[in-house]
Amino acid sequence: MNTELTGVIVMFLLSVLLAIPLGKYIAKVFAGEKTLLDFMHPLERFIYRLCGIDPNRKMNWKEFLAAMLTINLVWFVYAFFMLIFQDKLPLNPDGNAGQTPDLAFNTAISFLVNCNLQHYSGESGLTYLTQLLVVTFLQFVSAATGIAALVALFNGLKEKTTNNLGNFWSIFVKATTRVLLPLSFVMGVILAFNGTPASFDGKDTITTLQGDTVNVSRGPAAGMIAIKQLGTNGGGWFGVNSAHPLENPNYFTNIIETIAILLIPMALIFALGYYIKRKKLAYVIFGAMTLLFIIFCSINIYFETKGNPALDKMGIAQDIGSMEGKEIRLGSAATAFWSIATTSTSNGSVNGMHDSLTPVSGGVAMLDMMINALYGGVGVGLLNYFIFIIIAVFISGLMVGRTPEFMGHKVEAREVKIAALITLLSTFLIKAGTAFAAYMLVHHPDVGWAVKPGAWLNNPGYHGFSEMLYEFTSANANNGSGFEGLGDNNVFWNVTTGIVLILGRYLPIIGPLAIVGLLANKKYIPQSSGTLRTDSMTFGVMTLAVIIIITALSYFPPLALGPLAEYFSMK
Amino acid sequence: MKRYILPSLKLTVVFIIVTAVIYPVLIAAVGKLTPGQGRGETITVNGKVIGYANVGQKFAEDKYFWGRPSAVDYNAAGSAGSNKGPSNPDYLKIVQDRIDSFLVHNPGVKKEQIPAELVTASGSGLDPDLSPAAAKVQVKRIAATRHIDEAKILALVEQQTVKPLLGFMGPEKVNVLKLNVALDEMK
Repeated sequence: MNTELTGVIVMFLLSVLLAIPLGKYIAKVFAGEKTLLDFMHPLERFIYRLCGIDPNRKMNWKEFLAAMLTINLVWFVYAFFMLIFQDKLPLNPDGNAGQTPDLAFNTAISFLVNCNLQHYSGESGLTYLTQLLVVTFLQFVSAATGIAALVALFNGLKEKTTNNLGNFWSIFVKATTRVLLPLSFVMGVILAFNGTPASFDGKDTITTLQGDTVNVSRGPAAGMIAIKQLGTNGGGWFGVNSAHPLENPNYFTNIIETIAILLIPMALIFALGYYIKRKKLAYVIFGAMTLLFIIFCSINIYFETKGNPALDKMGIAQDIGSMEGKEIRLGSAATAFWSIATTSTSNGSVNGMHDSLTPVSGGVAMLDMMINALYGGVGVGLLNYFIFIIIAVFISGLMVGRTPEFMGHKVEAREVKIAALITLLSTFLIKAGTAFAAYMLVHHPDVGWAVKPGAWLNNPGYHGFSEMLYEFTSANANNGSGFEGLGDNNVFWNVTTGIVLILGRYLPIIGPLAIVGLLANKKYIPQSSGTLRTDSMTFGVMTLAVIIIITALSYFPPLALGPLAEYFSMK
Repeated sequence: MKRYILPSLKLTVVFIIVTAVIYPVLIAAVGKLTPGQGRGETITVNGKVIGYANVGQKFAEDKYFWGRPSAVDYNAAGSAGSNKGPSNPDYLKIVQDRIDSFLVHNPGVKKEQIPAELVTASGSGLDPDLSPAAAKVQVKRIAATRHIDEAKILALVEQQTVKPLLGFMGPEKVNVLKLNVALDEMK
């Protein structure tokens, strides 16, 4: 077997092997049991006291959401103004300009919602100050917000009947001090020792061997790259993200960074099992997700290592696969694997350019984001999967003619309506957004925006359509990767994707928490022989079927117009 | 909502200090202990820094090994890929031109020997490496330009080839800058 393939298999196995103990640890942290990092306790108590927080106050689902949304709003206002005025603030050794209001709107939201769509390039669009005080900060707290929302769901499922989803502040603080900060620190140090810059020096000027003068961008990147990978954020220090040889210097760092994409999303599934004491449910969920994940990976690895058929026709050698937009030290298999890891988990970092993926791989990456629940973003991935579970419970209930139940609570009209609305919302945002963009492109190509619609696309035909479809899919999934050929730094894309980002983040958090809040309030029905077992293989398959049917029905038309049409046109 | 505002503001300030000041400064401090003092590993020739080991640079002369095509002409302050789609006709024409130009500069090489990575742009525009095949296909040209035995240069490429991680993970690669520095040192 070739070494590129064994490398990928090692990455996957290590991710699972590390996620199991981490999941156990996370469950212990939030259950308040003893853990290795209890020395953080005084720091946490200090934070609570300083901020006037009572960490033991119980919150119902409405209070929990109010606290979460309030602090998110504060972050948005803060980030927006920092970005606009970054040129007038310190720590700007490269002399970069302030962001325009529409770009700052998009950037602030994008990092706030854990998406990290970047309509600028890191080297020139931000200063060291905003890279740290806005971007790195939001990468931590948005991931911690996701974890907090998920732990609230855990709390709702744990008790037979309760209206207490836990204390938002305390879960949020612990998610940072006990999970994100320690892991990021370890990873940041590993990266620094492998050649990723970590100092505050500005650009360096060198004369190359051939005699050219070149500026080399640097900066305190290692720490930011660690949290961008671990927190399913994805927004890189450098413009090309982890394809950059300083951001991802060698195959070893690539293994670490790939594991970091999958680690916490996988661990949270195991944490669910330990926390609510239903390990089998967690294994069934993990198994169902992994099945689809491996299928997607296999498809992309197959097509990327096989190469671009159009180049084959030119008669050159494509022994190491399709290499446009890829790096030699990483190889086509590892880039294909990353393309699925990053779209499964709503991470959005890339180690190769997705715009240059062969058609089917690009299409699978989009499909993966349309599902957005295979492991999924930190915290929110499992919330999305929960929506699919509710729908699966409802449909199975109809099929056997019983009132649907989930974990001892009746699932009634109100819960199913919320779940259905959340699912429909995604398809609406993606398709309406793409249609609107296509309309502007065709009918108003000369509108005087920073980039005219007629100049948006970097590629003609089907692939150009894919660029627009990918952008809205990525925004809705809070993913952040892109077909980066798209000329997206203008008021149209900044505003439309900004709005999609907000809706695509908060409604899929509010919906599941509302459902679990309503369910947990209901009377507990003990399990009987007629109960649908949600921790069985059968139900796992049922959920998968629901996912496939919903996404296939919703997204087949746009996928057919973009990637599939391109694939068949190249045959 | 009002009762959440004050804790939100305070918590925000505390978290900015913890995650965006203390955390990066800690990493920068540890970074000082690394081989490049946290500034990236550089390569020095005759006491002069001629580049970063990990950042590819442009080589256009026939006497040097060429790196991969770059969408940004190896501008290390503005990395980017070409973002060309696989079926884009303009893009395919660019690749065809690169093939033609390579054949002109490398007489004796046949088209089917050209590895695709040598005529396709890298993801970062700063790819520091070549595949062994992409280096070897240039040996004939360099041997002729420098009047050195082909076998010697081929041996140098072999010597500079980095094996997969631990022997079984990832691709083989050759660092172009290190290879060219070694080439200059050859007599």
